[in-house]
Amino acid sequence: MKALFSQFKFSRILIGDWILFFAALLLVIFLFKTYWHIESATKLQIRQGDKIYATLSLNQSRTLLIHGPLGDSKISIQNGQVRFVSSPCRNQYCVHQGWLKHSGQVAICLPNQISLELLGADKPFDSLNY
Amino acid sequence: MQINTTLDDHRVAKLAALAIGLHLLESIMPSPLPGVKPGIANIVTLFVLYRFDFATAAWVSLLRVFATSLLLGNFLSPTFALSLGGAIMSLGVLGLAQYLPRQYFGPVSLSILAAFAHMIGQLMLVRLWLIPHTGLAYLVPLFMAAALLFGLINGIVTSHLLAAYPKPAD
Repeated sequence: MKALFSQFKFSRILIGDWILFFAALLLVIFLFKTYWHIESATKLQIRQGDKIYATLSLNQSRTLLIHGPLGDSKISIQNGQVRFVSSPCRNQYCVHQGWLKHSGQVAICLPNQISLELLGADKPFDSLNY
Repeated sequence: MQINTTLDDHRVAKLAALAIGLHLLESIMPSPLPGVKPGIANIVTLFVLYRFDFATAAWVSLLRVFATSLLLGNFLSPTFALSLGGAIMSLGVLGLAQYLPRQYFGPVSLSILAAFAHMIGQLMLVRLWLIPHTGLAYLVPLFMAAALLFGLINGIVTSHLLAAYPKPAD
């Protein structure tokens, strides 16, 4: 076992190999950073019915009441995130969606006709299929 | 009809058979993501490049691609095209990389470069022909990380093989 282990030393990796390996590793890390980058959102767009109610900065602490057909939905903006706090709808899907913070994320309350969409520097795809 | 074969032809055939065996062995191994494979047949290509010359390595590599596709029944299918594209790209890079100074760059460097070229060739084929969709970019880091890992391992294996089977004295 010891003989086998000593045979498998890394002395056959030359200095250029190490340099090339680390350059390649940096390239791979760079690729991960570029393609797997999830952008934090900067703005929030609220839609009420078929029109845009407001486009607000996420950089504030604020609670809003937005009027819909069923009543008022309560929305909270905090620490660059946003969520439905309460809603008069039956399913409460919008509230269960929780905090949104990445650009492209949406929370929609269909019964009360209110939606929140987070916007960043550029708009990502909202779905991909192969 | 008799084809006169030379000793070189026999050597290419033997080495290609070895590469075909490794490729077939690998084709039955499950893979977490289509396209992520160790590419152990490239160990043979690299070994041949060091022991013999680039022409022999190219012969072995391309024969391996054609023969394996016939054995697996995917000749002229997209799988075959990807295999051939990868092989041609990595041979192209090996053709240039063989002139790197040998005292600094060993089989590990060549193996990593070949694995990257192989992967880039395949990704380009997939992007331009098979799946022309920008969503593919999402998988690029994973594929390149796999190429780096397996390129490194294959390179280390090749350098040990070269040390274990030294060049016979001419």
